[in-house]
Amino acid sequence: MHVAVIVFPGSNCDRDMAVAFEAAGARVSMVWHKDTELPAGVDIVGLPGGFSFGDYLRCGAIAANSPICRSVRAHADRGGYVLGICNGFQILTETGLLPGVLLRNSGLKYVCKAIDIRVETTNTVFTRGYRAKSVVTFPVAHHDGNYFAEEEVLDRLEGEDLVAFRYVDNPNGSARDIAGIVSPNRRVLGMMPHPERMADPLHGNSEGRILFETLVAELAPA
Amino acid sequence: MKARVQVMLKAGVLDPQGAAVRHALGSLGFDGVSSVRQGKVIELDLDESDPEKARESVTEMCEKLLANTVIESYRVEIG
Repeated sequence: MHVAVIVFPGSNCDRDMAVAFEAAGARVSMVWHKDTELPAGVDIVGLPGGFSFGDYLRCGAIAANSPICRSVRAHADRGGYVLGICNGFQILTETGLLPGVLLRNSGLKYVCKAIDIRVETTNTVFTRGYRAKSVVTFPVAHHDGNYFAEEEVLDRLEGEDLVAFRYVDNPNGSARDIAGIVSPNRRVLGMMPHPERMADPLHGNSEGRILFETLVAELAPA
Repeated sequence: MKARVQVMLKAGVLDPQGAAVRHALGSLGFDGVSSVRQGKVIELDLDESDPEKARESVTEMCEKLLANTVIESYRVEIG
């Protein structure tokens, strides 16, 4: 089980993500955004949180066009797994691997707190370890987490069971309280909350660890 | 040759920054502002000297990077 965590200038959750994957039993390679190829045999690509390229132009827009992202897109197109958290989710929408866009929070304020998130579907390798509709507490820390997509896109996301997480108490104005979505093949997950920051008892709870452990266990060779 | 790109949120996309600016204008006593939309202007210096080719190239830049057409519209001015 080999994970590539992509590091952009301004990433700040890359090491947290690597630690969470390593604790779950994965081997992790940190990959610089200027690299053009992922290491051979990578199973999962992690796009970490942070402020890649200072959020210039739009959050994730410059990162989405960095050299490594061509390989990330090819990895996803081959059916590879991708986990994008926070800025990683913004990058995934900017690359077009996930639909919609993350707008400025409706309250205009940066929101940084642990909040309740409902697991909307357990039909993904990311969320299979949770009980359906259970509520977990993950931190959010973002200024642009207000998910927006056209009504028909939102209808399709809901109709095809692609909404992975919803906010119990919407902190940012997100359409239909969406906190995380998966791609139609259910192998690309983008989410604003930070499971990697709730992945150890010392973090306050370790509910986020389940996501990493399930993912690593499901993909490990039998 | 110079190009100027104006990027605005599409109609129907909530612009909380514009709304906050409108509110601030109101509290300064500027009544009668019913709506504010905030966008951005990007200026480019191009090597290209043919206006049509420049427009074509800048339009491609808008589609690929300068605007996110899910939520934003853009207008290109050349020269």
